Amino acid sequence: MKPFYKNLARWLMAAPLAFALHGSLHAETVARYGISMADIPLTTGQPDRGAGAYQFTGHTLYDPLVAWEANVGNRPGKLVPGLATDWKVNPKDQKKWTFTLRQGVKFHDGSEFKADAVVWNLDKVLNDKSPQFDAKQSAQVRPRIPSIASYKKIDDYTVEITTKEVDALFPYQLPWFLVSSPAQWEKMGKDWNKVASQPSGTGPFKLDKLVPRERADLVKNGAYWDKNRMAKTDRIVLVPIPDAMTRANALLTGQVDLIETPPPDVLPQLKASGFKIVQNVTPHVWPYHFSTLPGSPWTDIRVRKAANLAIDRDAVVQLMSGLAKPAAGQVDSTSTWFGKPTFKLGYDLKAAKALMAEAGYSKDKPLKAKVIIAQGGTGQMLSLPMNEFVQQSLAEVGIDISFEVVELENLYLHWRSGAAADMNKGKGISAINLGYVTADPFYAISRFADSKYVAPNGVNWGGYKNPKVDEALDKVRTTFDTKVQNELLSFVHQTMVDDALMLWVVHDTNPHALSPKVKEFIQAQHWFQDLTTIRM
Amino acid sequence: MIAYILKRLLYAVPIALSVTVISFVLVFLAPGDPLNAIAPADAPEEVITALKSAYGLDKPVPVQYGLWLWRALQGDLGTSIASGRAVAGEVMSAVGNTFLLAGLAAGVGVTLGCILGALAGYRSGGWIDRFASTLSVIGVSIPHYWLGLVLTIVFSIWLGWFPAMGAGPGGSEAWEWNWEHFRYLILPALTMAVIPLGIITRTVRALVADMLEQEFVVALRARGLSGRAVFQHIAKNTAPTVLAVAGLQIGYLMGGSILVETVFAWPGTGFLLNTAIFQRDIPLLQGTLLVLCLIFVVLNLLVDILQPLIDPRMGR
Repeated sequence: MKPFYKNLARWLMAAPLAFALHGSLHAETVARYGISMADIPLTTGQPDRGAGAYQFTGHTLYDPLVAWEANVGNRPGKLVPGLATDWKVNPKDQKKWTFTLRQGVKFHDGSEFKADAVVWNLDKVLNDKSPQFDAKQSAQVRPRIPSIASYKKIDDYTVEITTKEVDALFPYQLPWFLVSSPAQWEKMGKDWNKVASQPSGTGPFKLDKLVPRERADLVKNGAYWDKNRMAKTDRIVLVPIPDAMTRANALLTGQVDLIETPPPDVLPQLKASGFKIVQNVTPHVWPYHFSTLPGSPWTDIRVRKAANLAIDRDAVVQLMSGLAKPAAGQVDSTSTWFGKPTFKLGYDLKAAKALMAEAGYSKDKPLKAKVIIAQGGTGQMLSLPMNEFVQQSLAEVGIDISFEVVELENLYLHWRSGAAADMNKGKGISAINLGYVTADPFYAISRFADSKYVAPNGVNWGGYKNPKVDEALDKVRTTFDTKVQNELLSFVHQTMVDDALMLWVVHDTNPHALSPKVKEFIQAQHWFQDLTTIRM
Repeated sequence: MIAYILKRLLYAVPIALSVTVISFVLVFLAPGDPLNAIAPADAPEEVITALKSAYGLDKPVPVQYGLWLWRALQGDLGTSIASGRAVAGEVMSAVGNTFLLAGLAAGVGVTLGCILGALAGYRSGGWIDRFASTLSVIGVSIPHYWLGLVLTIVFSIWLGWFPAMGAGPGGSEAWEWNWEHFRYLILPALTMAVIPLGIITRTVRALVADMLEQEFVVALRARGLSGRAVFQHIAKNTAPTVLAVAGLQIGYLMGGSILVETVFAWPGTGFLLNTAIFQRDIPLLQGTLLVLCLIFVVLNLLVDILQPLIDPRMGR
């Protein structure tokens, strides 16, 4: 047996090595993510910069009452419990919803999540008389939760929300509403601008560092309540790189580990260099939304159908280097709400020409129309090349379109005003090209098909009115059985397609490029992505 | 001399005031709605109206201008509509970052431009003249965006010598004066240096070549002055014009290049302007434009003051 002091010496020599090994085993894992935005979205609770921003400073730092399942990629997600474990409508008064809140959840600052926090947050965005009201956050979320009429605390873990009308789709609005800490707002001197640099939510990440326009460091919240959504990476550094080529260069040089929306031209180089391109079905469509008002060249359904048959969508996908999916309707054909349209979108020049001939037009005697488009911007994909492609394709069947090209912000103004507005009809504009988010029944279907939402009351831009559709949508709002709801939505969608309400071209696939260092990233079939799934 | 400086200072006041009017009005002339920075595209009218009132955008433009000017005179440039952060802080941090970039770009552009221009002027018609002329034509005509991308592809992606983007490994807030950080400056600074290099080379070349044919230079040589002494006379005579041109160029560089800063994701004034323009963030846009224009005015004022110190005839 060796003397004790010899063993001790051996242990003492081995100890530093063991510590070093332990350190390396527990070295912080970091994912640097090049995002396409020019700045870090708002961090106070409700992110600005659209649906795509929720994945960065929304569902990372905060939680909603009802969440969207974004950690699955092989099927569409669904509504799942968030800070509310359960929600149900009151059978006696279907305008009242009761939410049972999750117990034992704490904000990042250590304060406890209770019903008071929910009411306080609803006041924050809906009650401009409340001291915590924040116009910026309110502007982001108020249009997303239009059904809420009032709300009250029942007890510490129960909240009742009353809707303006009976609205069975109401839970779909709730993933947009995120809950921030009242205690942190107090601590920061009741100043939302100060909260922005030290926010506190209940989410799977905490904000460690924020440098405007340069980076935001999100660190894993080890005490997160949902063990199925524990972050697989210790730190995610969000780096705003608005220029697509610069993002690709940053990835190629190893300055970031993953990027969103790589430029199509660089895909071959990225693939050849060992980078992985991931994309998935995404609730987005790139359409021409027709005006069906009297005097519009698109009032004749034969013309609308001909336009839909004149586009070689596979060629458009090729133009996008494969980063798109041909559209078969407003939603993807795998969607629960797709239905069984009898009108199949496809590339059939012969049928398109025949329909145009029936309507009294040909290549020599073309129908003339003006379409308002954006020169680029979020959701617009490769706006100008794609529009030129559509223009040439439609010319083949006798539809001669001209463009009014404006900036995206200006296009929104034309969109909100509706086809009947002087700024559109007065200028001869009879169709609008705007990328649409189609994430839930309201966003995908109701707002475009329901005559209740004819602009300026909503964004039924072209003034589409179909009594059968209106009736079905009324039923959707009052049917609490999801199966029946989905059947009704499928009926509405197939009617939209059969009526050729729009010229649907392609769906975006929200592509990402990953360095080989990224071992896992589950891309959800949604604009909401779950950054907890990133594993290095 | 003092009277001259006072006169120049007084001239700067109406210029600065005009700058405030123009920078305020210009952003209202652009299409789009400033509330697009914060309101979703399908925000209902009542949300838009509430926001307009919250940000004072429902008041007439002259009233908005008066309020803005009053606050600006007290150093308060307002709050960014999009981020909620103080505009003054946003602009000053961006100015600091652009100052780094513009400082290096100006140093490279002006120094090399003077050397190449002087050599080309002295050797008019020779190979160095042809080289400098070609370089200056390239400098003023090459698209920056393109040059930035080419430099990135060659020196970042192919050779791996310099980073492709960013302002240091930890961002601009953690900037340190060492090689690890300085290497982030090189590609954007070189890209930005090309225009002043071209313009100053051309200016100096023309001035020197012209000066060499002046009678006083012939007289200096006839009196047996050494080449170095003659050069000193030429330099002194060309300096005021070169200073004026360099002042303008440095002013442009301080304005930051939207394209160069976007290509390199450099968080300077160009990047900030780009963000402000696309978001229609009026307070941020007005504040940035105002500060940039004032920097331009101050730089020109400095040049105006320095010129008579070099050439006293200008102060008379």
